[in-house]
Amino acid sequence: MTRARALLIVPLAVFVGIVVLLYSGFGLGRADLHPSALIDKPFPDFELPTLAGEPPRRSRDDLVGEVRLVNVWATWCPTCAAEHDELARITGETGIGIVGVNYKDDPNAARAWLAERGDPYLFHIIDARGDLGVDLGVYGAPETFIVDAAGVIRFKQVGAVTADTWRDSMAPVVASLQAAAP
Amino acid sequence: MIPEIGHFAVVAALVMAMSLAGAGLAGAATGRSTWVDACRGFAAAQAGLILLGFVLLTVSFLRDDFSVELAAAHSNTLLPWQYKFSAVWGNHEGSFLLWTLVMAGWTLAVALAGGRLEQAFFGRVMGVLGLLNVGFLLFLLLASNPFARLAPFVPQEGNDLNPLLQDFGQIVHPPMLYIGYVGFSVAFAFAVAALLSGRLDAAWARWSRPWTNVAWAFQTVGIALGSWWAYYELGWGGWWFWDPVENASFMPWLAGTALVHSLAVTEKRGAFKSWTVLLALATFSFCLVGAFIVRSGVLTSVHAFAVDPERGLFLLILLGVAIGGALTLYAMRAPAIRSRLQYGGLSRELLLLVNNLLLVVAVAVIFIYTLYPLAYEAATGGDRISIGPPYFNRVFVPLMFVLAGFLALAPAARWKRTPLTVLRRIGVLFGIGAALGVLVSLLLGGVLKPAATLAVALAIWIVATHVDDFGKRRGVRPLGYLGMVTAHVGFAVCMVGVAVTSEYSEGIDARMAVGESVEVGRVSYTLTALDRVRGPNYMADRAVFKTDDGVRLAPEKRTYFARGDVMTEAAIRPGFFGDRYVTLGEPVADDAWGVRIEHKPMVRWIWLGALLMAFGGLVAMADGRYRRLASRDAALAPA
Repeated sequence: MTRARALLIVPLAVFVGIVVLLYSGFGLGRADLHPSALIDKPFPDFELPTLAGEPPRRSRDDLVGEVRLVNVWATWCPTCAAEHDELARITGETGIGIVGVNYKDDPNAARAWLAERGDPYLFHIIDARGDLGVDLGVYGAPETFIVDAAGVIRFKQVGAVTADTWRDSMAPVVASLQAAAP
Repeated sequence: MIPEIGHFAVVAALVMAMSLAGAGLAGAATGRSTWVDACRGFAAAQAGLILLGFVLLTVSFLRDDFSVELAAAHSNTLLPWQYKFSAVWGNHEGSFLLWTLVMAGWTLAVALAGGRLEQAFFGRVMGVLGLLNVGFLLFLLLASNPFARLAPFVPQEGNDLNPLLQDFGQIVHPPMLYIGYVGFSVAFAFAVAALLSGRLDAAWARWSRPWTNVAWAFQTVGIALGSWWAYYELGWGGWWFWDPVENASFMPWLAGTALVHSLAVTEKRGAFKSWTVLLALATFSFCLVGAFIVRSGVLTSVHAFAVDPERGLFLLILLGVAIGGALTLYAMRAPAIRSRLQYGGLSRELLLLVNNLLLVVAVAVIFIYTLYPLAYEAATGGDRISIGPPYFNRVFVPLMFVLAGFLALAPAARWKRTPLTVLRRIGVLFGIGAALGVLVSLLLGGVLKPAATLAVALAIWIVATHVDDFGKRRGVRPLGYLGMVTAHVGFAVCMVGVAVTSEYSEGIDARMAVGESVEVGRVSYTLTALDRVRGPNYMADRAVFKTDDGVRLAPEKRTYFARGDVMTEAAIRPGFFGDRYVTLGEPVADDAWGVRIEHKPMVRWIWLGALLMAFGGLVAMADGRYRRLASRDAALAPA
């Protein structure tokens, strides 16, 4: 093979290098393709009214102490309705407490919604203007956070929690956090 | 039933694509003309079936059938009908169905127009296009099924289309862009067929030229529409962001621009053979890499679709087989590169070589910068960086200025060598361009900004040398020539728009209450009213501004019901010499808002120039010479 012919292999070689690089892209950050700046940061402070009205307000102190899920939901969000049964199953089977953040919603509609579907949550806070949502970097409902016993955010799920996402991504995180907790 | 019929139609289309690939390649290899002739039928059936699938999916959207997962996730009963229509491609699955439809359309067009081609060559072209169709349809059916149903839970209401996409831009931008993107597959197929035949002569270049011109023209329009849409919809007045997905469409465009020029040399002079083939392969390869970047989620972007690593892997395999196969064939079959130059002076060959080098360097720089964050993350084991517009501009802008300088020489240059007397005339025109450039820049802002002055001077020079040459050619102005002049003038217009907007825009951020006024660019803006208005699927705060020269501007801040998304709707008063651009920020008190008011001189020239370029491409495509000579080539071809 002459040198001139050898040159013709260069494009193929460059291409192989590019494919290797693109392939390596999959291994990176797969767990958090929407990396939240809040992972491993403390859950933001809040003091907001509750949906139940009793007690009238809840704050961050009511959240910490145990590993919890924080679920951002609203009645205007069809995916939240789809997700509802799965959350009920999770808390029923594992006993993990779920705190609801009723996001940019009408509280009366939200109460009716829960009355109809059942309420597997520990309690709900009302984030009517979405201020807590801004602090949490919420894209839209539903989003679910795993918060450890010290009140640090350890995981963020954008979109519905399904049986698959729970089993593959979330349950292992919860299990390791619960094992680490005193 | 409707989505199931659609799904079945696309499965049947896959069978047609497989038949097309088999009949084309086997027919060419064995010389059976009946097999090659059957390709037309397969191509037509494939296109018809995919069109049926696409229409049926659209019907599901228009009827608010939320048992179809895609409609439930991207539409809503309140969504205006034209957006229900465009919501079909406002998501990964539906847009890829559109992609396969466009691909089938191009395949059919080549099948119908390819009658003049030599039979074995036509069979190979059909076979290669068939294989590409098979790959895309497999990806659609196995990894991105748009017809999937939601069962047993069927929502009463859909999640609505992302408000950013509820816009005229979303209706026209993706189809135009895809016609361009996918259209480069034709040049790719011609190049692969030429490699398979071992006939890399002027004929394949001549056949490729009109197809490449059309694809290039559509992609130009597609990119321009995307830029214009971003400008008015994203609400901060930017028109280009060097976002990974913009780059994904810009890289094949730059490579395609190089290809359009390189094909001219191969056709007319029989030179650059290996290089032109490589460019044809590379241009479509960049289209595929672009599709991968948009749809795999390895790079985060404002355009990114829902991310699924499985899809990315499938696409990467598709990419590997298609491009890897073509480049392997290239390494085996392309004629060895001769380094002996057969042209001198400032010949047309040399200018086109410079054009190709500059464009390819630009592509390489954009490619490296686009993928650099990925490489960095891989090398450091997880650290992330982002490469911003300054990096891109620092390299890209000087390259384009050099390109513009050589472009001014284009019309006067001759094959083999250019007489010196012509060059002297061009020098005089340069002097005129430079003087006028300084004058125009001073008129624009009273101060000389370096890039804008240079851009205006170069643009005037380009227009002057083209007009001068046009005048001297009395009577000898084929469509190919007219197309070139139009496209080059378009480039100059676009360059002026980019430079002047970038350097002479002015604007202020202000806190304004009703009755207050501010002054921007010698115009006074008064906030006259703040209203609450209701749209079909949103509520909005609307501010009404009046200027002292009688213009009314009413920007809005919308909250969409279904998702609670907040969107800024800019108010724009377009003008040939400049836009006025007003956006609402956040409320700062009960009766006062943060507002941004901007003047953007000559911003329209960016898109006007792009449209001229595209129009030039189409005019050149229409040159009857390609068809006449193509018939002759086929007649002369060895049986």
